[in-house]
Amino acid sequence: MTRYILRRLIAMPFLVLGIVTLAFLLTSVTKGDPLTAIVSDRQMNNPEVVAAAKARWGLDRSLPERYVIYVGNLLSGDMGTSFITRRPVAQDVLYRLPATMELVVAAMIVGATIGISLGVLAAYFRNTAIDHGARLFALFGSSIPVFWLGLALLYVFSVQWGILPGPGRLDARATAPPMVTGFMTIDTLFAGDFRLFLDALWHLLLPAFVLGWAVAGTISRLVRANMVEVLSREFILTARAKGAGEFRVVIRHALRNTLVPTLTVIGYSFAYLLTGAVLTETIFSWPGMGSYAVEAARGLDFPAIIGVTIVGGIVFLFTNLLTDVAYVVANPRVRLG
Amino acid sequence: MSASPLFEVRDLRVAFGRNGTYAEAVRGISLHVDPGEVLGIVGESGSGKSVGMLAALGLQPEGARVTGSVRFDGRELVGLPRRELRKLRGSRIAMIFQDPLSSLNPVMTVGEQIIEAVRLHNPDMSRHAAADRARDLLALVAIPQPDRRLAQYPHEFSGGMRQRVMIAMAVANDPDLLIADEPTTALDVTVQAQIMEVLAELQARLKLGLILITHDLGVLAGHADRVAVVYAGQVVEQAGVDDLFARPGHPYTRGLIASIPDMTVQNDRLFSIDGTPPALGQLPAGCAFHPRCIAAGEICRREAPSMREEGGHAAACHFAFAPSETIA
Ligand SMILES: Nc1ncnc2c1ncn2[C@@H]1O[C@H](COP(=O)(O)OP(=O)(O)O)[C@@H](O)[C@H]1O
Ligand SMILES: [Mg+2]
Repeated sequence: MTRYILRRLIAMPFLVLGIVTLAFLLTSVTKGDPLTAIVSDRQMNNPEVVAAAKARWGLDRSLPERYVIYVGNLLSGDMGTSFITRRPVAQDVLYRLPATMELVVAAMIVGATIGISLGVLAAYFRNTAIDHGARLFALFGSSIPVFWLGLALLYVFSVQWGILPGPGRLDARATAPPMVTGFMTIDTLFAGDFRLFLDALWHLLLPAFVLGWAVAGTISRLVRANMVEVLSREFILTARAKGAGEFRVVIRHALRNTLVPTLTVIGYSFAYLLTGAVLTETIFSWPGMGSYAVEAARGLDFPAIIGVTIVGGIVFLFTNLLTDVAYVVANPRVRLG
Repeated sequence: MSASPLFEVRDLRVAFGRNGTYAEAVRGISLHVDPGEVLGIVGESGSGKSVGMLAALGLQPEGARVTGSVRFDGRELVGLPRRELRKLRGSRIAMIFQDPLSSLNPVMTVGEQIIEAVRLHNPDMSRHAAADRARDLLALVAIPQPDRRLAQYPHEFSGGMRQRVMIAMAVANDPDLLIADEPTTALDVTVQAQIMEVLAELQARLKLGLILITHDLGVLAGHADRVAVVYAGQVVEQAGVDDLFARPGHPYTRGLIASIPDMTVQNDRLFSIDGTPPALGQLPAGCAFHPRCIAAGEICRREAPSMREEGGHAAACHFAFAPSETIA
C-alpha cells in the first residue's frame, strides 16, 4: 500500500504542472484584455502609460515567454501580483484559503453527519414516514440552488428571527485573533478566547449548513441504498443469530460494510463543496477563495485567476488522493500493489 | 423419548402477506428434539425448512406472521420479548447457515467475529480471555495456525474453512441446541464429508441437541437419530432414521430415498420426483403432494390426510402403513 501511495505522490508534480499549464492557457485565450484592469479608461489613450503598464506586467512578451517566466516564478512560490489588490497573489491565497477550507470542512462534517444518520434511519425504517421525510430532505437539498437557499435562510434566521448571526466570520465589533492556522475556530482557541470561539462557530453554522445540505442529501441516498442491500445479506442474520442487538447489527455490522462507498462519495463531494463555496462565500461575505475568485474574474485580474485555479486544482488533487487512500484502508479486500 | 424435550415446536405457522391476504409458507409444523439428539429435517428447496426454524428463534423475515408454540427448555419462545430471545440466541441456541461465504461479515476479521460471539454473552470477559477462547474454538474445529487465522478476513478462507469458523462461532458459548441449516449444501462434495465429520464429532463431544436441515436425505443416513420429512410447509413423515429408510410410509419419502445419489454405482441419470412443489399460496385441494404422487387415489384429490402413527413412526398419507402400500 505504501508503494501505491508513493506512486500517486510521484505523479502529483506532473498533474500540478498540467493544471498550471491549463490554467495559464485558458486564461490567455479569453477575450478580456487585462490592460483594462490595470490602466484606467482615461489613460488608455496615452501610449506611454500603456507601454509602461505592458512592460511592468510582462504583457509585452510572447505567450511562451510569459509561461516559462510564470512557471519559473511559481517554483519559488511567486504567483505574481494581483492587479486589484496589488499584493502578491500567493499572499492573498494564503490568507483566503484557510477561510474556504474551514467552511468546506465544516460543510463536509455537517453533510456527512446528517447524510449518514438520515441514510441509516431511512434504510432501517424503509417505506415509513421517516424514509419519506429523508427522501424529501435530500430532494430539497439537491434541487434548491445554494444562493437561493443561502439568502432565504439568512433572511429568516438572521434578519427575521435574529437567532443566527449575519454574514462574516465573526461579530462585526469583534477583533480577529492573530492568524495562526487561518481557521477562525482554531485561532480563537489558540488566542484563549472561548467566547470568540463560540462566536466563530456560531457564524460558521448557517453557511456550513447551506453548503452541506446538498451533500447531505447525496450521501443519505447513497447510504440508504447501500444499507438496504447490506441489511438483506446473510451475515446480518448471523449477527442476529449470535444474539447481537439491533443497534450493533445496524452500526457495527451493516454500516461498517457501507463505509467504502460512503467514504468515496464524501471524498468526491469535495469538488462540489469547492465550487459551491464560491456562491456561499459571496452570500455570507466569507473572505475565502470563492469570493476572491469572483472578484478576480470580475476585474479580469489574471494573476489572481490563474493562482486561484492552480491552488483549487492542487487541493482537489490532494483530497482525491486522500479519498483513494481511505478507500484502500477501509476495504480489506482491496490491496493495491 | 424422554419426558421433557429440549426443544418442542407445536403447530408452527408462518404466513407472508400478499396484497391483503396471507399465504402460509409453514403450515403447522410440529416436532421436537431431545437433549443430545440429532433430528434431521429433510425436504425439497422451498418447503419451509429455513423459514420455519428461523421463525422459531424469532428471526423470521420482516412482515411474516408467526403463530403456534415453540418451547425451549420448558420456556415459550413465541411472543417472548426481543431482549429475552436475544439472550438465548448465540448462547443456548445457536444457528449456522447454508452459505459460509455470505454468512460471515466480510469487513471484520474472523477473530473479531468469534470474539464478538463470546463477549456478547460474557460482557465481563476481557478481550484477552475472549481471544484465548477464540483460539481454543479454532482448535476445536481443527483449523491450524489459530493466531494467524484469527487476524485474517473471511475472504482469505476456503469455503470449508469458513464453515468451520461458523461452527466455532456457533458453539462459542456451549449451546444446548444447534440448528444447522443446510451446512454442507454450498460446499464441494469432498469438503461436505469433512464438515459433517466436524459437526458429528462436536455434537457427540458437547452433547448438543442438533437439528440438521438438508434437502438431501443421504446426508442424514449416518448422522441423524430421527428424521422429519417436510413437504409444502408440513411434516409429512417422522420416524427413527433406520425405520424411515427401511419402511418409508409416505410416497414423497420414497421419492427422496430413490433420488439419493449412489456413490458406488456410476449411473448417469439420477431419479427425481416429477413436478415441482406448489408455489406459496397455490396449494392443490386434498393432499398437497397428490399432483406429483404416483400412488394417488381418488381420496387424495379430495381430502388432506391426517397423521397416522404406528410404533413411533408417523406419516401423513391416506395409504400409509396399509397392506396395499406395496402398489407404490
Ligand atoms: N421474505 C419472504 N417473503 C415471502 N415469501 C418468503 C420469504 N422468505 C421465504 N418465503 C417463502 O417461504 C417458502 C419457504 O422458504 P424456505 O423456508 O426458504 O424453504 P427451504 O428452506 O425449505 O428451502 C418459499 O416458498 C419462499 O418463497
Ligand atoms: Mg433453506
